[in-house]
Amino acid sequence: MADASGMAIPNVPTPRPQIRRRHGRKLSARSLRQFALQLISIAGCVLVWHVLASQRVNLGLITFANVPPPLEVLHAAWDLFTSPKLVFHLRSSLYRIALGFSIAAILGVVLGLVIGRFRWAQQLLLPPLEMLRPIPAVAWIPLAILMFPSSEASMIYITFVGALFPILLNTIHGVEHVDTRLIASARSLGTRELALFGEVILPAAAPAIVTGLSIGMGTCWFCLVTAEMISGQFGIGYYTWESYTLQNYANIVVGMLLIGALGMGSSVLIRQVGAWLMPWDHSKREGNKS
Amino acid sequence: MNGIATNGTVSIDNLSIHLGSGEQRFAALQDVSLEIAAGELVCLLGPSGCGKSTLLGAVAGHLAPECGAIRVDGKTVTAPHPERGLVFQHHTLFPWQKVIDNVAFGLKMKGVNRSERHTQARELLQLVGLEEFADRYPWQLSGGMQQRVEIARVLINHPRVLLMDEPFGALDAITRLRMQELLLDVWSRIRTTILFVTHDIDEALFLADRIIVISPRPGRIVEEIKLDFPRPRHASLLTSSRFAALKRHCIQLLHDDGTDAENPHAGGHRLSPLGAPWEIAPGVKLAI
Repeated sequence: MADASGMAIPNVPTPRPQIRRRHGRKLSARSLRQFALQLISIAGCVLVWHVLASQRVNLGLITFANVPPPLEVLHAAWDLFTSPKLVFHLRSSLYRIALGFSIAAILGVVLGLVIGRFRWAQQLLLPPLEMLRPIPAVAWIPLAILMFPSSEASMIYITFVGALFPILLNTIHGVEHVDTRLIASARSLGTRELALFGEVILPAAAPAIVTGLSIGMGTCWFCLVTAEMISGQFGIGYYTWESYTLQNYANIVVGMLLIGALGMGSSVLIRQVGAWLMPWDHSKREGNKS
Repeated sequence: MNGIATNGTVSIDNLSIHLGSGEQRFAALQDVSLEIAAGELVCLLGPSGCGKSTLLGAVAGHLAPECGAIRVDGKTVTAPHPERGLVFQHHTLFPWQKVIDNVAFGLKMKGVNRSERHTQARELLQLVGLEEFADRYPWQLSGGMQQRVEIARVLINHPRVLLMDEPFGALDAITRLRMQELLLDVWSRIRTTILFVTHDIDEALFLADRIIVISPRPGRIVEEIKLDFPRPRHASLLTSSRFAALKRHCIQLLHDDGTDAENPHAGGHRLSPLGAPWEIAPGVKLAI
């Protein structure tokens, strides 16, 4: 240990901190094999689909007689992607998602922060929300049609309801689990209650909020598609249902795949924006699977 | 940093603190009186759950007294204030801020502009030997480094009193000794009053001008030990015969304090400066 030679400044070591690197982009033989395996698995599923649909297999309990085979679906997809209708459908759906989701995000986060932080807000606001929460957003459709003057507004409302609760609950959860010592430290360092929200509570709850937004985005699409099937004109959900009524069965599958892709894409977008806003949050990076 | 004359006399009068509610309520501290001079380094020494951290939390302003009062330079303590900086056993750095912004946080709350607060934060990082780590995030530092940043963050407010709750308790023995030397070095330059909680007899003897020995259930002062080991102190002090004699005395005191080692009310838990453990746990009222 240190000698007593009269040095006033102790020798404090400064070890290099370990920084985890993200996985490199280099494709190893192992990852190539993994990729090939995943590709084979998907190709296998498409093949099974092709055989079932083209042979019009009828198993009694379930029949594939009316299921379009993959090639037909591909053709239909090409037709849709080259027709001007796609833009209208996409625009309507994305507009409803953007509006419903944004209102849900703002209201959910603000309410969540207040309810999570203040007991009075919890007692005042949580009981009615807890009563509404078990009602699936889809069950709102009839009443929403009665309540709103336009079907557009009712669809946006359904989308909003679907996204609200995951966002609200995750925000409350995030705020309640903020380390009390962080709040105590901030107050000891001169932080007042109002500044506490911006400086400590919001950033500390941010990972939970992003999780809520990501889940909310998923339910948002689920609700939108259902609402569009019932009262829409234009929109991906409407397109899918219309294809059924017009007996364009290949288009049904195109619509389904498109909905899946859009839902997944918007959830990924949320998580990416979250990761970009929170470069300090390394909890997800540590959980990498090898 | 040098010319700033902060006072920092602490006077604690007949202080009693009760923790918990209802049936679980118990006296964590009973009738404690203590005078601390400006610039003095006082260690509160006692076993786990004896209420020494409770006393610290009360001086910080996080716990309200049942009766009695705490005054710092004549002003009664009612709420947390940057003049009384608190350092926990495990760091409370904000994970979303880089080291430099963590250290500068107190100045941000005072409304100091960014370049000025970064200049001051850099000076303090230099004081604790971490100026190269300004742009790292807290999770990228070792435990000892995190505590040094935590100390720098508190010192930027020029506190009259520095309150430390077993700040080196979670570090390995060698790092701990280095941190003790670093603290003494920093304290020799910034003469602030330090109230240091520990259950480590060596640590208390090495650091303090005066040791206050506290016994549990309810916490009360059993003895004061004045230490006149010359400063600056070095690790060699730990093996001197006078040190050993005092250590023997302290062990005896903690051993024969006339109470059971376990505190049934605290359930063997460590009391924190923020209260009893069951009061701090977040309450989840949602049935998700």
